Amino acid sequence: MKSCLLCGVGGQGTVLASRIIAGAALEKDWFARTAETIGMAQRGGCVVSHVRIGEKVASPLIPPGKADLIIGFEPGEAVRNLHYLKKDGAVIVCDKTVQPIAACSAQPYDGGEMLAYLQQNAGRCHIIPCQAVYDACGTLKALNIALLGAMAQSGVMDLTLENIQNALQRKIKPQLLALNRQALAIGAKLL
Amino acid sequence: MKELLMGNEAVAWGALAAGVSVACGYPGTPSTETLETLAKINPGWVHVEWSVNEKSAAEVAVGAAYTGARALVTMKQVGLNVAADPVMCVNYVGIKGGLVIYVADDPGPISSQTEQDTRHFAQYARIPVFDCSSPEEAFYMVQDAFAYSEKYGGPVILRSTTRVCHSCAPVEIPQISPPKGETAFEKGSQWVIFPRLSYINKQKLVAREPEIGRDFCGYPFNQRIGAGKTGIACGGVSYAYVQEAIEGREHLFQVLKIATPYPFPEDLALSFLKETERVFVFEELDPVIEDELIYLCGKNGIRAQISGKRDHSVAVAGELSAAAIGKILSAHGVCEAPPEPQPGADLPPVPTRPPVLCAGCPHRASFYAVKKACAGQSAIFCGDIGCYTLGNAPPLHMVDTCLCMGAGVTMAQGLFHSKIRDIPFAFIGDSTFFASGINGVVNALTNQAQLILIVLDNGTTAMTGNQSHPGMGKTISGQKVAPVSIEKVLTALGVEHVQTVDPLEHKQAVAAVKTALRQEGVRAIVFRSPCAALLKNTKPLKVDAGRCSGCRLCLRQLGCPALSFGPEDRAVIDASLCNGCGLCRQICPQACIIQEES
Repeated sequence: MKSCLLCGVGGQGTVLASRIIAGAALEKDWFARTAETIGMAQRGGCVVSHVRIGEKVASPLIPPGKADLIIGFEPGEAVRNLHYLKKDGAVIVCDKTVQPIAACSAQPYDGGEMLAYLQQNAGRCHIIPCQAVYDACGTLKALNIALLGAMAQSGVMDLTLENIQNALQRKIKPQLLALNRQALAIGAKLL
Repeated sequence: MKELLMGNEAVAWGALAAGVSVACGYPGTPSTETLETLAKINPGWVHVEWSVNEKSAAEVAVGAAYTGARALVTMKQVGLNVAADPVMCVNYVGIKGGLVIYVADDPGPISSQTEQDTRHFAQYARIPVFDCSSPEEAFYMVQDAFAYSEKYGGPVILRSTTRVCHSCAPVEIPQISPPKGETAFEKGSQWVIFPRLSYINKQKLVAREPEIGRDFCGYPFNQRIGAGKTGIACGGVSYAYVQEAIEGREHLFQVLKIATPYPFPEDLALSFLKETERVFVFEELDPVIEDELIYLCGKNGIRAQISGKRDHSVAVAGELSAAAIGKILSAHGVCEAPPEPQPGADLPPVPTRPPVLCAGCPHRASFYAVKKACAGQSAIFCGDIGCYTLGNAPPLHMVDTCLCMGAGVTMAQGLFHSKIRDIPFAFIGDSTFFASGINGVVNALTNQAQLILIVLDNGTTAMTGNQSHPGMGKTISGQKVAPVSIEKVLTALGVEHVQTVDPLEHKQAVAAVKTALRQEGVRAIVFRSPCAALLKNTKPLKVDAGRCSGCRLCLRQLGCPALSFGPEDRAVIDASLCNGCGLCRQICPQACIIQEES
């Protein structure tokens, strides 16, 4: 069984990303289970999606220390959830911070410090430069799919780019498919 | 091939497979997606509706069930409080077609006011309840619930919790065929609830309890698993956590999985109690299974050591998890807990992220207009349930109370009648206004309260994901209907002063509130501007850094997520978040916020 925790800030597309991972697992005739944050936290709060795939049924929530992979849509959120990662587990993290509402916090926090901490404390840490995704796609709307491209390339979840592509086909509206395919490819390239 | 379905979607598909004809509900996390899915997959023969509130929804479903149609009604746990009147009563009357009440509980709570347990409600109402432990199970259980409802001639509750509702799993979707059988309402005295009838029917309800309990002992989702000496009783999603917590050590345990907490499958539980030496009970919310086991021990003279919420082995509030169960079992010396990794002591501080009103949310503008107009006066702001509850956060601080759906309007009256000097305001969203706000306005008018009613009309039910409501002129299926006008409703009730303003026109909005402050009685302002989540092709604003003085007024007053301060202490607007609502532009003393050139 493989477990992947996706974490970020409400509105970044973690729910769709977790569904696509689960959908890709179904392509392989695997079992899949997800648990998602839906509700008030989606308004800019911390969100996490748990995805567990493999040949055996699992509980919806990943216990701490059991995630094979953490996909951080935001550096601070990856650090917040790092205790879910198993020893020597992998982190794929986007380098762009989402600052908390400036009116509520005195100082903006330092994303670089978070990334350095992840690099020191995860088995593997792959940092995905957000700007490169923007340059390739012209938008960050498909950042979630770019991160899935990096995930497929990493091999941690035993899912191929083709598996993800098939799942995209089933889940994404036809008019957005080209953009998402491009994001997937650039994500894979950036790993 | 199997489809990946969310628990709530699985309930919709299961209901369709069971031949549901009428389905209704009111949106509420974590229940909302069931009805949305049913509207989407409707082959055409199901009447699906967002009713104005849970009470109405339950009554529509009851009416349908009286004709022999199968009816489904969906709601969250606090919605069941609203629907309690018809739900309690219909169990005394009974039904002809299957009536399933799907209620989603919210351990945590994650998106709710209370941590109430619908299994307890079911016991109290004497309505059989099914408790699903996974989306797959939910799919089958809703079909079983319809069958049992007709077998026993009364409503049945299907209960789930957030981690089932919002969890996905593969489910095999069957061929769907239309419901069979004719519907007809047959007149008879049994449909009219009278004290004499209720006296007779209560005896029947109590008498059937052990009969259904025995029936449930053979229900396939009630299970005893394993032959170990340590017993674990559980139900719902806790069963999945238990499985994971004891993985590899299953031989030590016997697990009692309860899928029907009421009527309790006593014989099944008795054999579990007799074969185990020590019992743990893992369940979220209330100790329902635990209390049943303790009761069984007393009734049957069984000595058993039962650990759960009653002896504080298990936390009395919040969610459970496999890790928490592992810890409890090891704390009692039953087995070793797997080592839990600790985050390093050198963990850098991570920012707190309370949920906030979206960038460009018109509610921010409405709150800010009221705040400015009330400057120097003492006012109390009664809030309500919806996105706008987030108006309590800094820097707005514009929600002083929040209780339950529609309570703001009526609580403001209580404040007024207590003779405090502050001006009572009641903020209510459009969907909440239709759900249970109108009654409060009538109450205020008749009982001569003084208050300023602010209807925050963003043209949708936003918090739960933009569902339709009566003011929008469309149904859940997208069908166009005549919209119900909030202004016409207020005027018809007798509210003399009703103003309608776009809150994003800041000066007019402030002026409208000042006008209302000068008026007497119940006066209303409808702040109308569409939900930011529904806007498309918006143009972001930008800051002319040369002119920005770094006064931070925009940031300190509005707290918009798109605003921050960059290098050299100049305001920065995040173009990916800004929808160009223009509120910050209207309050900037330097007029340095400008339209991005296309």
